[in-house]
Amino acid sequence: MVVIQAVLILMMIVAGVATSMLKDLISAVIACAAVSLLASMLFYFLDAPDVAMAEAAIGAGLTTAVFVIAVRKTRSKEE
Amino acid sequence: MRKAVGLILVLVVGISFWVVLKNVPFGHDKIGVGNHYIENAIQETGATNIVTSVVVSYRGLDTLGEVTVLFIAALGIGMVLFSVKKTSAKERQTSSMVVQTGTRILFPFIILFGIYIFVHGHLTPGGGFQGGAVIASGFLLTYLVWPELETKRERFGAAESLGGLVFVTIAILGLVFTGYFLGNFLPTGTQNHLFSAGIIPVIYIAIGIKVGSELAGIVADMIHKE
Repeated sequence: MVVIQAVLILMMIVAGVATSMLKDLISAVIACAAVSLLASMLFYFLDAPDVAMAEAAIGAGLTTAVFVIAVRKTRSKEE
Repeated sequence: MRKAVGLILVLVVGISFWVVLKNVPFGHDKIGVGNHYIENAIQETGATNIVTSVVVSYRGLDTLGEVTVLFIAALGIGMVLFSVKKTSAKERQTSSMVVQTGTRILFPFIILFGIYIFVHGHLTPGGGFQGGAVIASGFLLTYLVWPELETKRERFGAAESLGGLVFVTIAILGLVFTGYFLGNFLPTGTQNHLFSAGIIPVIYIAIGIKVGSELAGIVADMIHKE
């Protein structure tokens, strides 16, 4: 169980760094959603299903959608 | 130059966090209130899900503040996008038939699942916020599939006001009947039953309606403006 959590945390760090490094904003938004999704799995493993549900629905679902809509209606490349 | 300044700032913030937090023991109880909840919450509130009894009953006032913050955020987005003109119907892209058919079948189930989550908030994990977010994602799907669907923004506003009014009315009724704001004046009933825990399910249903309509309103605002 500890191994799974460690792997999840490492993947979260990778996705978080990718979020800040990627120049294409849509890719950055997807990496950000991956952080949320992995965090929600981590919350589930830490016996917090309430928080996991909120994180999956809001962090990985709605926030990503709102970001994608916003990026699509503005410039899609970072300068 | 900017990167060096940024690195120094990150280091300063990191070191100050470490200095403040290094004396806090990890995994030990600093205050006894958590143990009180774990031992007494089910008898005191009747809610099987202790998280719900903390969120809605013990810390109900905080939840009212949280809902207010969400309302102000939705209001801010509405204000920023108010003067932006709407996208014309022909500029919007239509989606493929697979997505359309899938959404037509799934939409009622997504809404039903959201309602299930917040109605059973006092029994199973989840509650008003989670259920509301699920309902809002269902509406998001319909806006993606049928862009020509015009928003009924006023209906979302009405549902949102209804949720807020029910929350505050129940809280003030608690003040009238028990002497405490958000006091539990209804019978707590049998544990594990749907009709139990007094005012907790009522308030969570109100929160679910409010959060769902607020988030759906934000998504609708974002999609239908240029």
